[in-house]
Amino acid sequence: MKCEQMLKLLGDYIDGEIDPQMCELFERHMANCPRCQIVVDTIRKTIALYREGELLFEMPLPIRERLHQRIRQRWQEKFASRSGE
Amino acid sequence: MAAELSDGELVQRAQAGDLNAFETLVSRYERRIWALAKQLLQHDQDAEDVVQDTFLTALEHLHTLREGERFGAWLKQIAVRLAYRVLARRKRMPTESLDALLSEDPDEEETTLPRPQLVADWRDSPEALLQRKETMRLIEEALQQLPEKYRVVFWLRDVEQLPTRETAEALGISEANVKVRLLRARLMLREYLTRLFGADAEQILTHSD
Repeated sequence: MKCEQMLKLLGDYIDGEIDPQMCELFERHMANCPRCQIVVDTIRKTIALYREGELLFEMPLPIRERLHQRIRQRWQEKFASRSGE
Repeated sequence: MAAELSDGELVQRAQAGDLNAFETLVSRYERRIWALAKQLLQHDQDAEDVVQDTFLTALEHLHTLREGERFGAWLKQIAVRLAYRVLARRKRMPTESLDALLSEDPDEEETTLPRPQLVADWRDSPEALLQRKETMRLIEEALQQLPEKYRVVFWLRDVEQLPTRETAEALGISEANVKVRLLRARLMLREYLTRLFGADAEQILTHSD
């Protein structure tokens, strides 16, 4: 298997959805190809970076405040009309 | 006290008319929904609208949610749908025609997969990179470099961990297309981030074949 062919299987390999036979070929190639090893490893790091960083993207406070305000307002409308409060 | 309750318990209370329970759910998920909307839309006002509409839609339909423990997943589905509607509107196309616009022959995309150019391990682990404010900014910028159709698939599949099938359904494209776009997105991001965080030049393996 060549690096070029590896590229097409990369997604399935990383997602653990690769055909077992192909997986064996893939891993045999990687064992002797530091380039492909690093590509796989740094793709995994790329995914980890965004997955773990998801909650580090801060929600600005004014946006949060407006959100809660809208919800309270809508809640009042919805339930006040039902219960007459 | 409400903060210690499970989603299921909070949903039950909210369904019975407890606003405090509902707000606790909102606080629990707002950052996640914000991140989703912001990263898909790359626009503060549009993202804020999607966040508000997501929770207002949830409020409106809360009585229909039987399994309260699924609240987070349910919310995510609503948010993805709403965000996608904004993307569709931006293209000035009715949602139904989006299929035609977005579907591409997966084979054609596959033949043009970007080959890795810069191959080097990174100086720091993802955990270490996330500790620093300046690298967080670079990480966010890297994502903004991606063309929209790749960024959206990457975020839904790799960050939100939506299955391929659900992603395909949400975007109205084939599963094969989701896979190709995801691979392209990962390769492009990896390349970009390696440029930023890659180890010293002497360790870089240049393209040989």
